[in-house]
Amino acid sequence: MVSGETPSLEVSRLAYAYPDGTQALYGVDLSIARGERVALLGPNGAGKTTLVMHLNGILTAGHGTVTVAGLPVRGDTMKEIRRRVGLVFQDPDDQLFMPTVREDVAFGPVNMGVRGEELERRIKDALDRVGMLEALDRPPHHLSYGQRRRVAVATVLAMEPEILVLDEPSSNLDPAARRELAEVLRSLDVTVLMVTHDLPYALELCPRSLILSDGVIAADGPTGELLADAELLAAHRLELPYGFAITERG
Amino acid sequence: MGAGHHHQIYRRDDTFVHRLPPHCKLLAVVAFAVVVVATPRELFAVFGVYALLLAVVAAAARVPPGFVLRRMVIEVPFVVFAVALPFIGLGERVSVAGMSLSVAGLWAAWNILAKATLGVVASMLLAATTEPRMILLGAQRLRLPSLLVQIAMFMLRYLDVILGEMRRMRVARESRGFAARDVRHIPVIARSAGALFIRSYERGERVHLAMLSRGYTGSMPVIQDVRASARQWATVALLPAVALAVLGAAVLGTGAL
Repeated sequence: MVSGETPSLEVSRLAYAYPDGTQALYGVDLSIARGERVALLGPNGAGKTTLVMHLNGILTAGHGTVTVAGLPVRGDTMKEIRRRVGLVFQDPDDQLFMPTVREDVAFGPVNMGVRGEELERRIKDALDRVGMLEALDRPPHHLSYGQRRRVAVATVLAMEPEILVLDEPSSNLDPAARRELAEVLRSLDVTVLMVTHDLPYALELCPRSLILSDGVIAADGPTGELLADAELLAAHRLELPYGFAITERG
Repeated sequence: MGAGHHHQIYRRDDTFVHRLPPHCKLLAVVAFAVVVVATPRELFAVFGVYALLLAVVAAAARVPPGFVLRRMVIEVPFVVFAVALPFIGLGERVSVAGMSLSVAGLWAAWNILAKATLGVVASMLLAATTEPRMILLGAQRLRLPSLLVQIAMFMLRYLDVILGEMRRMRVARESRGFAARDVRHIPVIARSAGALFIRSYERGERVHLAMLSRGYTGSMPVIQDVRASARQWATVALLPAVALAVLGAAVLGTGAL
């Protein structure tokens, strides 16, 4: 099978300038193999969100290419690309726009043409995987913030994506909700790209990290190694929280 | 179904009126309103029958009269307008309790009051027995303009979110010693309203991106379909049908005279 060797995500020489002329990306190259969990680290304004918006074609590349499991992001492939790339937005209130959890989780699959028993199976399966099955018929605004974040992950899982892209998944979560989300993410058997500046969370969940700085990939390597390099972190406005130190193992 | 956040209108219960499909009820209320509006204002007794019909529906739905009456306040602007008519109306005048009132104005006021009240009560009963979300599903089922249904749906979903932001802005203002007391504070409130508008607009953009990311192409997919049996249709048709029959009989009766 070819798909075994095709990376889940391949970004090549991606450059982008906003309509007002601000250049956000200056040639990004990265490749993520199937089943990997990778953190995309970078300070605010590094271009992380701009990069993420390219992954499912919300922004189209000024230059360069984005390929998802072998399929290039283009106008005519958009529908399939959006199924393959599951984007989880930072604010769950932006992600959960339907009146009930069930309808929200169904939104993506129904747009893809899934109906009937298969739809029901996908809804239940996705909610079960994030431990939120009991919230099926509740309105999103009655859930806690951590629960909403997990339901947001389920809305994307229901589309059975090739790669899950999470924008700042740990933001605004209390420690318990943060741990619960980590457990959920660890239990999933999908490729994950996690955009964050929460370095301990990246270390906890992602064996590999990329540092995006000034619109290019400035570093790519095992998370532990990158985070142990104080100079590298300082050069890109990244810092471990007070009291943290990474000691490399093995 | 999960609890909606509009308990003040929706009355949770499980009567057969509650269980009727939302699009049937919606259509029945509209048809009833059309019959009411088409009724000549001189037919007092017919309006009485209409009121009785609504009372029967209310009783069947276990909606107490007080519940409906308290929510009738939304009719107040119409009432104010209607009450003014006998005073400002032209033409023939009669003297009532020492006041000179216009006959045409009195008729117009009665016409507005009777019809508006019946229409408002019918809508109240719809809202009291149908979750807001279900009303929108019904509207979707009836193929009402999809854009309007979507806007109403988002309003329902984001009302609490926006009210929450409004509350936080007020707390932030007051935490820094501001309290709106007189007209000189209006500019501050206006600026807050502007900021709230921008925030909501930006949220709208983010929600749109989230929708696009999950394959939205401009129309809301039908996720929960609402269906009605012939029997349910027949049940809801009773309200406008009886009203129409009474009206027909009355018109024929007066015509024969």
